[in-house]
Amino acid sequence: MDGTAIHAPDNDQESGPLYAPHEKVYPRSVHGTVRRIKWAVLWACLTIYYLGPWLRWYRGPNHPTQALLIDMPARRAYFFGLEIWPQEIYYLAGLLILGAIGLFLVTSLFGRIWCGFACPQTVWTDLFLWAERLIEGDQTARIRLDHQPLSLRKIGKKALKHAAWTLIAVLTGGAWVMYFTDAPTLARDLLTLNASSTEYLFVGLFSGTTYLLAGWAREQVCTFMCPWPRIQSAMIDEETFAVSYRDWRGEPRGVHKKGDSWTGRGDCIDCRACIVVCPTGIDIRDGLQLECIGCGLCIDACNTIMDRFDRPRGLIAFDTYANNLARKRGDAVRGRFVRPRTIVYAAIWLLVLAVMAFGLTHRGLLELTVLPDRSPLFVRVSNGDIRDGYTVKIENKAPEPRTYALSAARLPEATLHVIETELPPVASERGLVVEVTGDSIGTFRTYLQAPPRGDRLEIPFDFVVRDLASGETVRASAVFRGPAN
Amino acid sequence: MPTKKEKDVAAERRTTGHEWDGIREFDTPLPKWWLYTFYATIVFAVAYCILYPSIPLFRSHTRGILDYTTRGALAKTTAEAGAQQAKFRDRIRDASLEEIRREPGLWAFAENGGRAVFGENCVACHRAGGAGAKGYPNLADDDWLWGGTLEQIQQTVTHGVRNADPDSRQSQMPRFGADGLLNRAQISDVADYVLSLTGRAAPADALERGSKIFAENCAVCHGERGIGNQDIGAKNLANGIWLYGGDKATVVDTITNARNGSMPAWGQRFDAATIKMLAVYVYSLGGGQ
Repeated sequence: MDGTAIHAPDNDQESGPLYAPHEKVYPRSVHGTVRRIKWAVLWACLTIYYLGPWLRWYRGPNHPTQALLIDMPARRAYFFGLEIWPQEIYYLAGLLILGAIGLFLVTSLFGRIWCGFACPQTVWTDLFLWAERLIEGDQTARIRLDHQPLSLRKIGKKALKHAAWTLIAVLTGGAWVMYFTDAPTLARDLLTLNASSTEYLFVGLFSGTTYLLAGWAREQVCTFMCPWPRIQSAMIDEETFAVSYRDWRGEPRGVHKKGDSWTGRGDCIDCRACIVVCPTGIDIRDGLQLECIGCGLCIDACNTIMDRFDRPRGLIAFDTYANNLARKRGDAVRGRFVRPRTIVYAAIWLLVLAVMAFGLTHRGLLELTVLPDRSPLFVRVSNGDIRDGYTVKIENKAPEPRTYALSAARLPEATLHVIETELPPVASERGLVVEVTGDSIGTFRTYLQAPPRGDRLEIPFDFVVRDLASGETVRASAVFRGPAN
Repeated sequence: MPTKKEKDVAAERRTTGHEWDGIREFDTPLPKWWLYTFYATIVFAVAYCILYPSIPLFRSHTRGILDYTTRGALAKTTAEAGAQQAKFRDRIRDASLEEIRREPGLWAFAENGGRAVFGENCVACHRAGGAGAKGYPNLADDDWLWGGTLEQIQQTVTHGVRNADPDSRQSQMPRFGADGLLNRAQISDVADYVLSLTGRAAPADALERGSKIFAENCAVCHGERGIGNQDIGAKNLANGIWLYGGDKATVVDTITNARNGSMPAWGQRFDAATIKMLAVYVYSLGGGQ
């Protein structure tokens, strides 16, 4: 194309609009298989979300009884029988990686079904739309109401709708904070106005964002804010199932009157049913596009129309691009789920899962950290021996107090002394017994003393801690240092 | 694969008027919420300038109507932290050192608190971790001038050493050389003898003379075998740990002029709880007895 053919408008002539006005989307309600699946997923997700904090799990006296709890002040996360310490945050990282890779895999297989069915933005938007429809009626009634002049009836409906939205939003924000503190206590405190200002602040914050995102922003979140639509095209190929308009069947489209012939024309009667039900307000007949969240409501809408006109269903369907081409040619269709892309995603996913499973099953209730003193590095004591100091931290992840044998291996000539025990120094390999209260870290100032050697002392050795109850043993390497002479 | 059927609207759409190598830039309007978010940031900035200190003036800056300063915020959080620590501090103040010793939670609090106070007040002389320096005892070894039990450490920290406090640790080593109590040769001999206590070789006749001089002049405080006396802060001379240095010239200098180092009475500056925390920390450095 000849570039000079484009006329560049003179910028000084007129200034354009500061913003592109938002065209409000009024999705019409729809019935069908996909809609039923979406309702089922919606109620399942909401049930899990709202009931989660109320599940109980007994962990012993003086421990939280909430099955799902992130206890920020105590720095613990509870997942049923599992208690995660902050230094085990890699489990959370692993969970997020599993989620991300799993999303890649599912997207490469089935397109954006996460967006269309399970994403909280979709779930709550659906919920808000449901409330809106109950109060203001379906699409045409809502459009009419919005274009009406202000009346008492309009104000009443709008007020009722926003009250309902606010209620859902507050319940949503309220349920979120339940995951961070004991739910029954917090619920009572919130209702009796006894909760802390921080708790009210967070309830307000999450309620506000829910109200804004699900009530007002809706498809704008998916189109403008969310990065996932931008990334997803990298996972989608011609073998990916996606909401597809079968143009080879539908075109040429045109209005069809009763009694008209179907020969020489496509099945699409240009009724715009697929457009009016679309929650992002797009025309699926333009093909796969960024704004499409893959919810498949247009499939239900089109099938209803096809049934009415006695045409076969599936003018819009979940299908792959390759299948569409095959159908167009009349070839056999096949679903190719096993592809290099899906193999790689599945392999990475399984690998991460295996690593996490290994980590969880081999997770001990005991950890050992040793911090050597840096100043002074070593001390010469009265009898000429060299003494090194270490801060030994024993993490007891069991709920009850445990006793441990603390000793040092590979340092035979040394004696070991722990300030906190009041016991006299003992042979380092024999060690001594220390106690750590349940679910806490015991800190022990530990000194190792050994005769000097002729050369510079730098002897690697191990601290060994053995749980006297379970026999679980952990080691931490350290270095015994001394002067050069 | 099918992509959105873009209409070729280039000729109809506004551009910014900029052109690079024949490529022009669309002047696509922003979404409304984006623009309003931008306006909101402006409102936020103005509100911030009114509420908080923000605009620099020639010699000062605007204060903001909230009267906020980071220094004030720090003071507030420090006071809050202090209030939270108060119950521990009160218990430490009221408990005996022996009681603190027996309660792990209190002990850990005292040790950590003591570390902080030590870091601010004591490391200038005693060095980080109590490693010591020339003239300032190493607090991490097992050699003590005035005793290494919790009570003895508490006493030393509270009243100090050789200062104006009436209860301070007091003792004075004579200036054997400067005051003419011993002559140069005698001092050399006794220095040889003192060094021989830790295995340093010297001529037998010098050691014999030195041994006699030591018995007559030094043993009364440092003991016959030179193992010192913690009641009067007399240093153990037989353990190879030196306060000012273990070479002969330094020992001769010490005998000639004496040292008599001093330490402030920290009881005049700190409350009882802080002193106890310091004692616990020093004790935990490993040399406690």
